[in-house]
Amino acid sequence: MTEISAGTLFFAAIFTNNILLTNFLGLCPYLSISRDYKAALGLGGAVVFVMTFTAGINHLVYHQVLAPMNLEHFRYIVFIIVIAAFVQLVEMAVERYLPALYFVLGIFLPLITVNCAILGASLFMVIRAYTFTQAVVYGAGSGIGWMLAIGIVGAIREKIQKTSQLPPGLEGPGITLIITGVLSLAFMVFSGMIQIQ
Amino acid sequence: MLGVLAVSGLGAFLALLLEIADTYIADYGEQHIFVNGERDLVVQGGKPLLFALGEHGIYLPSACGGKGTCAYCKARVLEGGGPVLPTETPYLSSQDLENHIRITCQVKVKETVRVEVPDELLNVRQYHVRVLALENLTPHIRLVRLQMPAASEGFRFKPGQYVQLEVPKYKSTSGPEFRAYSIASASHEPEVLDLVIGRVEGGAVSTYVHDYLKTGDVVNIRGPFGDFWLRDSERPVLLIATGTGLAPLRSMLFQIERDRIARSVTLFFGARTRDDLFFFEELREVEKRLPNFHFVPTLSRPAQGDAWEGEVGRVTRLIDEQIPEGAQMDVYICGAPEMVQSCMELLEKKGVPSDRILFDMFA
Repeated sequence: MTEISAGTLFFAAIFTNNILLTNFLGLCPYLSISRDYKAALGLGGAVVFVMTFTAGINHLVYHQVLAPMNLEHFRYIVFIIVIAAFVQLVEMAVERYLPALYFVLGIFLPLITVNCAILGASLFMVIRAYTFTQAVVYGAGSGIGWMLAIGIVGAIREKIQKTSQLPPGLEGPGITLIITGVLSLAFMVFSGMIQIQ
Repeated sequence: MLGVLAVSGLGAFLALLLEIADTYIADYGEQHIFVNGERDLVVQGGKPLLFALGEHGIYLPSACGGKGTCAYCKARVLEGGGPVLPTETPYLSSQDLENHIRITCQVKVKETVRVEVPDELLNVRQYHVRVLALENLTPHIRLVRLQMPAASEGFRFKPGQYVQLEVPKYKSTSGPEFRAYSIASASHEPEVLDLVIGRVEGGAVSTYVHDYLKTGDVVNIRGPFGDFWLRDSERPVLLIATGTGLAPLRSMLFQIERDRIARSVTLFFGARTRDDLFFFEELREVEKRLPNFHFVPTLSRPAQGDAWEGEVGRVTRLIDEQIPEGAQMDVYICGAPEMVQSCMELLEKKGVPSDRILFDMFA
């Protein structure tokens, strides 16, 4: 897979292989926090940040620690621990030193500790044998793709709430999943451009 | 073997990092809280304001135990609370925001904080009390009787108010947990306090009460809190409860009996089966002693063997059938939020003004 340039990979991670709309990962915070646009973008920002860094860190851990010792089978548990520790460290540091950022992103950080999209990005990068640079770019791209998806849905849901009445059975997750399905179909249009699987 | 060592080593390294971060980054030193511009409290920084105040004996009401879901711990924070967090905004009206009202369990003390606490809450105190008796009223509801200090030590409450019951750490919790429970006993006998506690699946406090609490144990309670108490008026009173929501209304009934309040009082009490209908005999006795009191129990799903001849259906059916349009009455409702909500809607449809309806939701 080394022939894919960083720019292409970045584009693919956002559009053709959007981690939320094609892999359907990270759905739980997506369903619960997409009620308004602002909060959705806040959560999305936190995901971009965490995904970029953990993809990089996990790449180092996997290739510098696990692979040389033939411990690749521990990657799930190790990735999860690394992500959790990273999120907690960042939360503490941001709360202390960057109160303004904490206000925007901080409260969402604990929510995404166990977000499967973040673990998913780390695992995909291993399966697809990315280099370190590719892993970081892929992490950032996937994060931005996730943010894009939740942002779009957040905006649509906000609009729906203000302007129309939903049948009770469709409120909340129901309508969100329908919108997600339609969006997912729309994103399939991109899929002919590049393939990274 | 190597694998176990490597993964443990990595885990230990990350734990060490977090420990260092916790010591150096999350340390906010000692901070001051000024209460009502007078009392100056010194607390370890970084804690939620609700708990920091609690350490100094100032107990704000809280039903959810600091999880940011009940919004009872509102207080005016004049300085040092930082920006209003997105976890608070759903519970704050624009008026609250203007008045600098905050949800104190979400506000962390990172600098000098000035907070205003209503005077009556400064009287709220914590008591270490012994469990006098435990009785299973139904398979899912337990009566907890507590020995309070002598009346001279000043535990006074209004019938309908509630206390916070704190239980120690046990197998399913990571520390002491507390929840709010209405007082079910008479206010003129404050030396003995009855709480009626239903088992909540997975509930930290109710599980402890049902499975671990023993007679003779000592627990902490704080209170009294709440504004769900009987208001003076001449109008007839309608009390509506389902399940453990009967607790505060029982206390009100004791008050009505003792103070010889001559208003007509009706109690609609909804339960599922005859087995769930606790305090039944006792309420029938009260009915015999009080000519102006009518007890109307109703079963939503009477069981085969119940031999039930009373009302069947939910309390909303009783309202529908027995309350005339435009009824002049004061209504007190207590129980699950959905029940309270549907009763209120029905009563308002019947023309009972909303300011004559008081409720306490057991979320």
